[in-house]
Amino acid sequence: MPAVSKGDGMRGLAVFISDIRNCKSKEAEIKRINKELANIRSKFKGDKALDGYSKKKYVCKLLFIFLLGHDIDFGHMEAVNLLSSNKYTEKQIGYLFISVLVNSNSDLIRLINNAIKNDLSSRNPTFMNLALHCIANVGSREMAEAFAADIPRILVAGDTMDSVKQSAALCLLRLNRTSPDLVPMGEWTSRVVHLLNDQHLGVVTAATSLITTLAQKNPEEFKTSVSLAVARLSRIVTSASTDLQDYTYYFVPAPWLSVKLLRLLQCYPPPEDAAIRGRLSECLETILNKAQEPPKSKKVQHSNAKNAVLFEAISLIIHHDSEPTLLVRACNQLGQFLQHRETNLRYLALESMCTLASSEFSHEAVKTHIETVINALKTERDVSVRQRAVDLLYAMCDRSNVQQIVAEMLNYLETADYSIREEIVLKVAILAEKYAVDYTWYVDTILNLIRIAGDYVSEEVWYRVIQIVINRDDVQGYAAKTVFEALQAPACHENLVKVGGYILGEFGNLIAGDPRSSPLVQFNLLHSKFHLCSVPSRALLLSTYIKFINLFPEVKGTIQEVLRSDSQLRNADVELQQRAVEYLRLSCIASTDILATVLEEMPPFPERESSILAKLKRKKGPGMVPDIEEGRKDKNVNGGMEPISTNATTKSTPSPSTDLLSLGSSPALSSAPPSSSAGGLLVDVFTENHAPAAPGVPMGPVADDNFSRFVCKNNGVLFENQLVQIGLKSEFRQNLGRMYIFFGNKTSTQFLNFSSSVICQDSLKTQLSIHIKPADPTVDGGAQLQQILNIECVSDFVEAPVLSIQFRYGGTLQNIAVKLPITLNKFFQPTEMTSQDFFQRWKQLSSPQQEVQKIFKAKHSMDTEVTKAKIIGFGVALLDRVDPNPSNFVGAGVIHTKTTQVGCLLRLEPNTQAQVGGPERVLACALACARCRAVPSPNASLSPSLFTDVPSHTTDKQGHCIAAAL
Amino acid sequence: MIGGLFIYNHKGEVLISRVYRDDIGRNAVDAFRVNVIHARQQVRSPVTNIARTSFFHVKRSNIWLAAVTKQNVNAAMVFEFLYKMCDVMTAYFGKISEENIKNNFVLIYELLDEILDFGYPQNSETGALKTFITQQGIKSQPQTKEEQSQITSQVTGQIGWRREGIKYRRNELFLDVLESVNLLMSPQGQVLSAHVSGRVVMKSYLSGMPECKFGMNDKIVIDKQGKGGATDDSGKSELGGSSGKQSIAIDDCTFHQCVRLSKFDSERSISFIPPDGEYELMRYRTTKDIILPFRVIPLVREVGRTKLEVKVVIKSNFKPSLLAQKIEVRIPTPLNTSGVQVICMKGKAKYKASENAIVWKIKRMAGMKESQISAEIELLPTNDKKKWARPPISMNFEVPFAPSGLKVRYLKVFEPKLNYSDHDVIKWVRYIGRSGIYETRC
Repeated sequence: MPAVSKGDGMRGLAVFISDIRNCKSKEAEIKRINKELANIRSKFKGDKALDGYSKKKYVCKLLFIFLLGHDIDFGHMEAVNLLSSNKYTEKQIGYLFISVLVNSNSDLIRLINNAIKNDLSSRNPTFMNLALHCIANVGSREMAEAFAADIPRILVAGDTMDSVKQSAALCLLRLNRTSPDLVPMGEWTSRVVHLLNDQHLGVVTAATSLITTLAQKNPEEFKTSVSLAVARLSRIVTSASTDLQDYTYYFVPAPWLSVKLLRLLQCYPPPEDAAIRGRLSECLETILNKAQEPPKSKKVQHSNAKNAVLFEAISLIIHHDSEPTLLVRACNQLGQFLQHRETNLRYLALESMCTLASSEFSHEAVKTHIETVINALKTERDVSVRQRAVDLLYAMCDRSNVQQIVAEMLNYLETADYSIREEIVLKVAILAEKYAVDYTWYVDTILNLIRIAGDYVSEEVWYRVIQIVINRDDVQGYAAKTVFEALQAPACHENLVKVGGYILGEFGNLIAGDPRSSPLVQFNLLHSKFHLCSVPSRALLLSTYIKFINLFPEVKGTIQEVLRSDSQLRNADVELQQRAVEYLRLSCIASTDILATVLEEMPPFPERESSILAKLKRKKGPGMVPDIEEGRKDKNVNGGMEPISTNATTKSTPSPSTDLLSLGSSPALSSAPPSSSAGGLLVDVFTENHAPAAPGVPMGPVADDNFSRFVCKNNGVLFENQLVQIGLKSEFRQNLGRMYIFFGNKTSTQFLNFSSSVICQDSLKTQLSIHIKPADPTVDGGAQLQQILNIECVSDFVEAPVLSIQFRYGGTLQNIAVKLPITLNKFFQPTEMTSQDFFQRWKQLSSPQQEVQKIFKAKHSMDTEVTKAKIIGFGVALLDRVDPNPSNFVGAGVIHTKTTQVGCLLRLEPNTQAQVGGPERVLACALACARCRAVPSPNASLSPSLFTDVPSHTTDKQGHCIAAAL
Repeated sequence: MIGGLFIYNHKGEVLISRVYRDDIGRNAVDAFRVNVIHARQQVRSPVTNIARTSFFHVKRSNIWLAAVTKQNVNAAMVFEFLYKMCDVMTAYFGKISEENIKNNFVLIYELLDEILDFGYPQNSETGALKTFITQQGIKSQPQTKEEQSQITSQVTGQIGWRREGIKYRRNELFLDVLESVNLLMSPQGQVLSAHVSGRVVMKSYLSGMPECKFGMNDKIVIDKQGKGGATDDSGKSELGGSSGKQSIAIDDCTFHQCVRLSKFDSERSISFIPPDGEYELMRYRTTKDIILPFRVIPLVREVGRTKLEVKVVIKSNFKPSLLAQKIEVRIPTPLNTSGVQVICMKGKAKYKASENAIVWKIKRMAGMKESQISAEIELLPTNDKKKWARPPISMNFEVPFAPSGLKVRYLKVFEPKLNYSDHDVIKWVRYIGRSGIYETRC
């Protein structure tokens, strides 16, 4: 065969690859690949049979092209053909192609599976290995389905070669990981356990991996593996390093197997059988002893392998947590590593120590290393190692050393990496709280914390300070004093201002005796920070001010002055504005008794899990924080005061907003302290003159979509949404009008607290007087509520009043604002006049202030009748046969107001030159407004602006309008 | 403004790096390489934003030119500058290649210092630059004072592109109208989109400070004159296949800086004092009434899953007296082609596997002729059922007329100070129409 003479070199492939490597640009590479693909396609065309060698070569080239990132859509068949070859190299390439390029193509999968099945049942171990590797590499569900039953059989069959067993174990492990449901458990499981006794260490290593995975799922079934593993481990540990030959790695006997066995043992509790237990302890001791021996080699591989086994042994010791001597020895061993040259070792030592610290036996031993750890924190160059040091400090902390550790952490915080600052802040806060001996120290610590790393102090931390200060009366005075002093720094962090504001607001009276911190000084100090703060902090400070009014009546005047200032009362922020308005009102109206009730000191907070701890856990992810509580359940440190409870860790994390009476989160809460009597009173205060009470209060979007329709008509639906429908019926006579408003509840549930009001903007108040009859506060589902409005037009106006309604539906407060269609033309009285009269007056209206005219395009096709109806609806009299041009419309009317009467003339001129029949007929409209000459026209500028609006509403056409004032 | 300019080779190695502003850090060079040159997906946009830094790049063969800025610059200005930079480099040392750039890097830095100042583009006129940035290294004796002052006055003066006192024994003028015609046509012969982008390139060897006036059959000018009275050039100069067309509508055009734009705006006449040597007088684009020199009629038939029959006819559509050259028709083949047989009446055709296309070349072809090719393509059955996208058939050619219909009406030269007149100048006019993207769907 010629292929044999060529050998396995595959020169063509080598040439192709070097061609690709030599390509100067991507384009050149693509060209070369296209050429090669065309060549392979012509070879694979199928009319002439290819020998195995060429097939292998071309499949190899395809594989290479695929690995370069190009799509391959042919050649699969050839690759499958290679599988049935008897030559190892060809079969290998075939399997390689299949493992890399397999897709769930049904007809090919069948062929592939067939080939694999043939190889599995062949007696040739290399072929079996290839097949097993392919199954493991692909690892798809299809593969698992087809072979999950066969592989265990191969694994436990007595006559299988060792290397095949090894592959089979690993293949089964892989299938078990990808599709565990498809791997059947059966009688083979017990026999797998006995593989731990196999002669061949490779088989044992592979089997241990498999057993560990299986044991994690159902520990019961593999319980017998413990004794076998211990036996195997002791044989390895005690063996001289030369015994195992191939499996000795740089003088360490079978390190991988040892590590795996130790891992397997970590799936189970300490063995109950004393003999086994003794043997295991012996092993672990031997491992610890070996660590003390001088290294047998200077190579890094030797120490790595040794340490790997050692660390795994220490994790097993920690896992068992039953032998104090071993724990202490482990701790000492780790202590040595803390000063080791290798960064990795130091890291691992710190990490293992963290877990050791939570064991009651070794906690004290860990504590002896505190100096080293602190030193590591300061000098370590690698941030991840420093992070571990922080973790360890956190874990080893208890009452005896808390002051030192917290001080060190605070020290470190100033220079710490930004990435871990927040975490350190949380840890300091937790430790300070948990092990606080006296709370003055705690308050000092936290204030210090805010000073050093204010930006990283989250809400939870300062919430917690306040909770604790409020719950403990012995510390309140001290806290107020310290906060006051801290606030005196020229630049202090906003969080400090928040804490200061809250604490002084509650307990400022405790330090008011000292003239250096008299009420006025306190207030001025806080207010000096006011303008530098963000909105939520300002809101908090406003609450502090009202509390000051209660605490110190003598500063009431000053504070009211501040609240009354424009920057508060007219603040652009709704929250601040509302607080300022309400607090000012409250301080003016309520008596001192009421104030005292409303602004009582906060009641103690209920005990709950520290929100900081919850936050730290969230930040690190579950299982990352060494739980101090869990480790030492019996050591409840600060007596009954602390919220440490055994189930603290299982509690769901509360949302941070529940922590502190939702400061700054909802405007309603802030103005209504939890006292029912005061609440009722507050409502009185604010309802007294409620309609004009808040002239500047924004009402949300005002709906006016239906507004224009009402210019020419008086009845109809003004507003409608999913909940409510507002209908109107109105009648006007001279300068008076009456409007019936119907509120229809479209839902099936009751509206509660229903109230409606009409709001007239600024000048409109004097121009229009509206009386509203109060309506029922509830509207039943599906019912309608009627309300009557009496309207009087005092003088001419432009704006329309706004109807604002409010009700509670299903717990949420609904606000609706609608423009009421009360326009000046409603007060028109039509007047008839002759053609001569009309034009005489028309000509008199010559000054520019007296007329408005507008030209607009017709939006709709023009209909004489519709236009007439609209003009009549507009309020004027339609004068027939007055204009010489019959197509023009002419109207006249008098607008009645309480003060004056204004005559108006109107002329609408449809353009006679309009292109007949076209959709865009042009309409000209003239509207003249006649006003008694005797009356001066102070609002002349207003009236035309009304009329410029009007035509577009009336006729829905853009237009040309002349309005002239007499 | 431009913060820096980098030139890379195809591997992304930096050949030239010039930073003009402090806001561009050293890592900008790497950012562009990592995110554009070595990007996993090919970056097609010429503008890339990386970390608030904008990179504008153009590619010349294997060389990347990238301008960097942190500011909100006029992108068109930056690209204009980059193209100008390419032109300048080509004028100095020929083809832009890695080799040439490495050999001339001192020169390039010198040029970059001159044509960009603190990121603001300066005089980039090759002729002017060549007077004071030379390739021959430092001259043995320094330039005389007069020479230096002359350069200064030219560069800073009103006419920065021409120096005074040029003298030629023979006053000669070469004018090339170079057009590229772009087309996308449906299989049925319907024009989907077509436009011509053209350039008027001049080479002038004129003495003194001549004033030139260039006239062409611009529709607006012709109509204006037509209204005013009879035109003197009707029926003159019949080039190309268009017979009745006398004027063309130009969609937009740009001029060399020497053209007086105010005069163009008011009278639409193109008058200028030309630079010495070669330059591009104007660029323009037309979309109406384009003469399409060739028509491609494709016929593709699929015979089963494994065979494809293709027949393509090309027809030349211009005066029989003219000859088109360098005709190349590129017929794309499916990606699973395993064999091709081609028969063509004229020229040579070959299946090029590396480009996935049949390339049919014809050296010369007269107007009003037609020729055809037929090919049988064998296909290899593939696994995926994706249908072949049928890319369009593209064409390349060169014809001796302007497909837009543009004609030069006159080019007058006035030199009041020296004693030569318009008649003494020897003028040469040439039209070349090339294919741009000339495609027919099949």
